[in-house]
Amino acid sequence: MGREAIVNTLIFFALPVVSVSAWMGDEPFLITLATRAAILALAAVGLNLALGLGGLVSLGHAVFFGIGGYTMGILASHAQSYAPLIEVPFLIEGTKSMPVIWLVTVIVSAFIAWIIGVLSLRTSGVYFIMITLAFGQMFYYFAISWPAYGGEDGLSIYVRNGFPGLNTLDPLQFFGLVFCILAVTLWGMGRLARSPFGLALNAARQNAERVETVGLTPFRLRLVAFVISGAVTGLAGALFADLNRFISPTMFSWQLSGEFIVFIVLGGIGRLYGPVAGACLFVLLEHLLSGVSEFWLIYVGAILLLVVLFARGGLIGALAGREVAHD
Amino acid sequence: MTDALLHVDQVSKSFGALRATDNVDLELRRGEIHALIGPNGAGKSTLIKQIAGGLRPDAGRIMFMGQDITDLSVPRRAQAGLGRTFQISSLAMEYTVFQNVMLGALGQSGTVWRFFRPVMKDQALRVRAENALEQVGLSDQSGALTGELSHGQRRLLEVAVALTLEPRVFLMDEPMAGLGGEGSLRMTGFLDGLREKAPILLVEHDMDAVFALADRISVLVYGKIIATGTADEIRADPDVRQAYLGDEVSA
Repeated sequence: MGREAIVNTLIFFALPVVSVSAWMGDEPFLITLATRAAILALAAVGLNLALGLGGLVSLGHAVFFGIGGYTMGILASHAQSYAPLIEVPFLIEGTKSMPVIWLVTVIVSAFIAWIIGVLSLRTSGVYFIMITLAFGQMFYYFAISWPAYGGEDGLSIYVRNGFPGLNTLDPLQFFGLVFCILAVTLWGMGRLARSPFGLALNAARQNAERVETVGLTPFRLRLVAFVISGAVTGLAGALFADLNRFISPTMFSWQLSGEFIVFIVLGGIGRLYGPVAGACLFVLLEHLLSGVSEFWLIYVGAILLLVVLFARGGLIGALAGREVAHD
Repeated sequence: MTDALLHVDQVSKSFGALRATDNVDLELRRGEIHALIGPNGAGKSTLIKQIAGGLRPDAGRIMFMGQDITDLSVPRRAQAGLGRTFQISSLAMEYTVFQNVMLGALGQSGTVWRFFRPVMKDQALRVRAENALEQVGLSDQSGALTGELSHGQRRLLEVAVALTLEPRVFLMDEPMAGLGGEGSLRMTGFLDGLREKAPILLVEHDMDAVFALADRISVLVYGKIIATGTADEIRADPDVRQAYLGDEVSA
């Protein structure tokens, strides 16, 4: 096993170990913390496909996180109030079933990602960053001004949605569910990075001209990456809403988009476990430092600065060294 | 006409007042190496860009195997069978040598929309990629990072990637540039054998290589082709002597 594989395995098992020991020590708050870390990691794993592999610095990925949250919130609130979503031309009712909510979330966020992607991937560099940011702000202010689902105040969902055979209100069981999704996504992303598509996408980031010259279209590769990326981040949003049983426009905020990027940079850009390491570190720092000072983000900023200056490969790069080509 | 795989038909391109390409007519026939020479700024690269795609002519057509490809994108032209190498090496620098040729093989195979099968386990692609490396003599560098290759090795890798595409026509923009005496000689030998597989439109400054290799030579000056012919005809052409070759021929 290579060094990176060992580091990855350790990171992978860190969250369940924390959760299970917290459960044995009767510290449900720590389980919630681990769940939060896993969900934020999932969101950043989604972004890492576009940003790390595809080189697309999206400053609007909170759009998908928010779409996930609001999909869950809208479906669950209608189920809660027994008011159908629409009656004409056909009846659609709300639902409290997680699998259904996830499916709808993935479809909706993939669709929104496709629209945003088609429009924004015509640009690159700073313009791409600005367009994705603009979309983020559009969704944010739309959520604030849309009174039907809480507007600025957000919306509470009183009971966590259900999953067949599980008691999702039990923190450890909900953690298990989230962790399984993270694990499956990481497995899929690992395969994706080594697939023909991954080879071409990564090449398009390095040299678009080269990719065109061998007969491939960078725009299409990037669009597909952006859609998958948005769908994964959307799913994380639905889970996040279920964790908090609350949604609000801040799920769309550009600060959150920025945090996703911070997770990736902290953990290691383009590395499979980079976003997981980054998100865990961030949640840990938040937990430890928010007790020290209200302005704990100052310390995170300092750490980020050190990483960018002295450890370009992030946490994974520092622990596992340079990425080896997988031939 | 029947033998021409590639036909540049009355192509013109201006940048402001500058006629970079002025009514250029050019044919690339089966089995030949057709060299395009001309002084710096004559518009050779501009012409290559219009043939490979990425720069649209103001007037005229690019015909490739009987089809008008003037409106096709760069990837479409590559799929149709245009294999291009760049004047300045254009490779995926973070990739290994092998990954770069695999990318070429992948582009040719049309199997890029696979998301779960490891690409490095695809035997058909591997064979194609390994063949290409062997042909240019880069097999030993297979695992090396492209960014760490020497300039000459990058030139060879460019050619190897073009080989994986199994193109109908090669467009090579100064493949000898910066190769040095021995490298240039080896590349000359290699291109000599390549013309049987697919004809080459060769832009080159190395006159020894051009006169050794080319079946026909076209001379481009200020965007205009002033002469086309065999090496001997070009050497003897008074216009060419005056406009371009000058001392080089008499020396």
